[in-house]
Amino acid sequence: MDAIASNAPLVVFIVIGTIAVAASFLVVMMRNPVHSALFLLLTFLCVAVLFVIKAAEFVAAVQVLVYAGGIMVLFLFVVMLINVRHLPDEKMTTSYTLGGIGVGVAIFVLFFAVVRTGAYHDEAPNAAKKLTTVREQVLTQHPTDPNKLVRKWRAKDNRNAEAIGMALYRDYLVPFEVASLFLLVAMIGAIVIGKRELSALEEETAPDYMLERVETEKEVKDLVNAN
Amino acid sequence: MTWGDTIYLLPEIVISIGACLLLIAPVMRRGGGVVRASGAPSGGGARTAKWTMLAILVLTAVAVIASSGLVADVAQTKTFASMFALDSFAIFFKLLFIATMAMLVLLSDDYLAASRYSAWEYYSLLSFALCGMMFMVSGVHLAAIYIGLELLSLSSYILAGYFKNELKSTEAAMKYFVLGTVSSAILLYGISLIYGVTGTLNLMRIADAMSTLVTNDALMFGIMLLGAGLCFKIAAAPFHVWTPDVYEGAPTPITAFLSTASKSAAFAIFARIFYVGMHHFRLDWQVVLAIIAALSMIIGNLAAITQDNIKRMLAYSSIGHAGYVLLGIISVSEMGLYGVLVYSVVYVFATLGIWATVLMLSKHEYAGEQVSDFEGLHRRAPLWAFAMIIFLLSLGGIPPTAGFIGKYFLFYAAVGAGFGWLAIVAVLMSAVSMFFYFRIVMAMYLRDGDGQAEVVSSGGLKLVAAICLVVTLLFGILPGPLVEQAKISGGWVAKRVAANNAQR
Repeated sequence: MDAIASNAPLVVFIVIGTIAVAASFLVVMMRNPVHSALFLLLTFLCVAVLFVIKAAEFVAAVQVLVYAGGIMVLFLFVVMLINVRHLPDEKMTTSYTLGGIGVGVAIFVLFFAVVRTGAYHDEAPNAAKKLTTVREQVLTQHPTDPNKLVRKWRAKDNRNAEAIGMALYRDYLVPFEVASLFLLVAMIGAIVIGKRELSALEEETAPDYMLERVETEKEVKDLVNAN
Repeated sequence: MTWGDTIYLLPEIVISIGACLLLIAPVMRRGGGVVRASGAPSGGGARTAKWTMLAILVLTAVAVIASSGLVADVAQTKTFASMFALDSFAIFFKLLFIATMAMLVLLSDDYLAASRYSAWEYYSLLSFALCGMMFMVSGVHLAAIYIGLELLSLSSYILAGYFKNELKSTEAAMKYFVLGTVSSAILLYGISLIYGVTGTLNLMRIADAMSTLVTNDALMFGIMLLGAGLCFKIAAAPFHVWTPDVYEGAPTPITAFLSTASKSAAFAIFARIFYVGMHHFRLDWQVVLAIIAALSMIIGNLAAITQDNIKRMLAYSSIGHAGYVLLGIISVSEMGLYGVLVYSVVYVFATLGIWATVLMLSKHEYAGEQVSDFEGLHRRAPLWAFAMIIFLLSLGGIPPTAGFIGKYFLFYAAVGAGFGWLAIVAVLMSAVSMFFYFRIVMAMYLRDGDGQAEVVSSGGLKLVAAICLVVTLLFGILPGPLVEQAKISGGWVAKRVAANNAQR
């Protein structure tokens, strides 16, 4: 019992990690897209638990809110909107699948052998980062004059959200801004590829009724807006 | 960081604002701008978009030149947590990118006007790509370099599929997107391993941390994955399979963009990362990159021989050129770095010239792409046929052209670094490349075509071809200014290399 209690994080890691891996396998293997999406949700929640074990509560909360909350709902919306009940029953294993599994296992072995033997810079880089990036001003006694108080910077401990905020909005401010440009480009791309347009050429060749319909649609829209 | 530091990012800020303006402008022009009921020809819009884009590029160039007054040695500045270096290396490439982009705008102009696709979003995406490239070459921090690279890549994926009603273009975009994201993931995994071992993402600090290490499996693996990701971006041999399909399917001006600006940006960060960050372990990665370089040169040049589509042929040829540039990176010497800088310029101008000639033959989306379309070109357009020969000679590296100067530096550097065998492979493969370049020359001069492909040379195309011709010949005959500029621009990177070589 004592062994389990003292190794609680390890035990949780093994149990939750197994569930996460199994669930992510099921995401790919389920034939019903809704089931796949639900298993993806389970995977996200398990990963959130793993973050908690690593003392990254803020990331865990974001994981639940953004991934499990926002993105999963979007996935389910899309799945239900296009109304795919079952994927067509194809053969699960083709020659590609077997080759893919072979390559995957080989790469996993390579990664496992190489990566775990590496000597890493810092066993707990997060903890160190927290101490150096998050500081607060405190009043302390002046070293020589006991009646005087001086303001001093002191490292603060264990403030996840603050540490992330500091890293993101101070140290990594510029890459963060570029990331916003990146998202803007993604949005432009989606619109450019997705939009249906009447181009000049189509306007020249399009039959009159189509142009009239476009006009009417616009009039109706204007009317609705006016009311 | 203070507000004053933003002046270091002035060019990037100008181009991002410009890109957003290009998106807003068409909406402002016609009230609402959603439905265009009665036909204002799209050509008018495309022309306005072109001039807007050129104006933005001029402003960006002014901003780059203005900010070049702030260049500090190594730019060991504490700006933005030491993420961006405003050094002469970055300025050199930024100006090259802007010049390339301006010529691409001239190349795209008629092509877009003839198509049914909006020019505004096209130029806006090109501006975002330019913004990504400028961030990349300024980055001295792997996170900054990576995010710039991704901005460039995402814009490129969309642009490759910009002709969304063409099956070829969509296929190109899909292949590029899937393979590109996988390679980005590999690159990112490499970066994360390097971070795990060295504890930093800043290239200078990575170099310091590495100099204390003897050997480390995880670090080696990280460098390998990083190299693999970068080799995908420059289209070096085992990671080249996407290149011919994407180059063939993308709209021709975008193929020109991918093979010039995008590629030289990847060369720049390849050189920056491996020269500044990874030089301590160079004995380990030099051999791997040497094999990749040899493979690129052999596969690229041999496969190009059998191609009949000129876009595919140039795609394979560009794989070979990635191999040549790798020679400069492998050699880890000042000479090699100057070679990379000089070759980037030389290669960009020669390739753009060829694309200008190809575009003259392509009246609409995918015409004029076969080698047979060049038949009898010397009758129809003698001047452009002659210009084409100069560009092909430059790519082949024959003396009176600038290509020779670039190759001279790269091969000399490879021999100096003890990779004589690689230099021999490079010379042999240059000879092979002359074989398929001369297939085009033969088609132009020795065969009389039936003259199907009409030559449509607009002012823009002529201007681009003329600029490229002048630059290619000028730097071939008088290489002095270019080499001097490369020496100044390569300055602090080269100094670090020299200091490190002295230490050993």
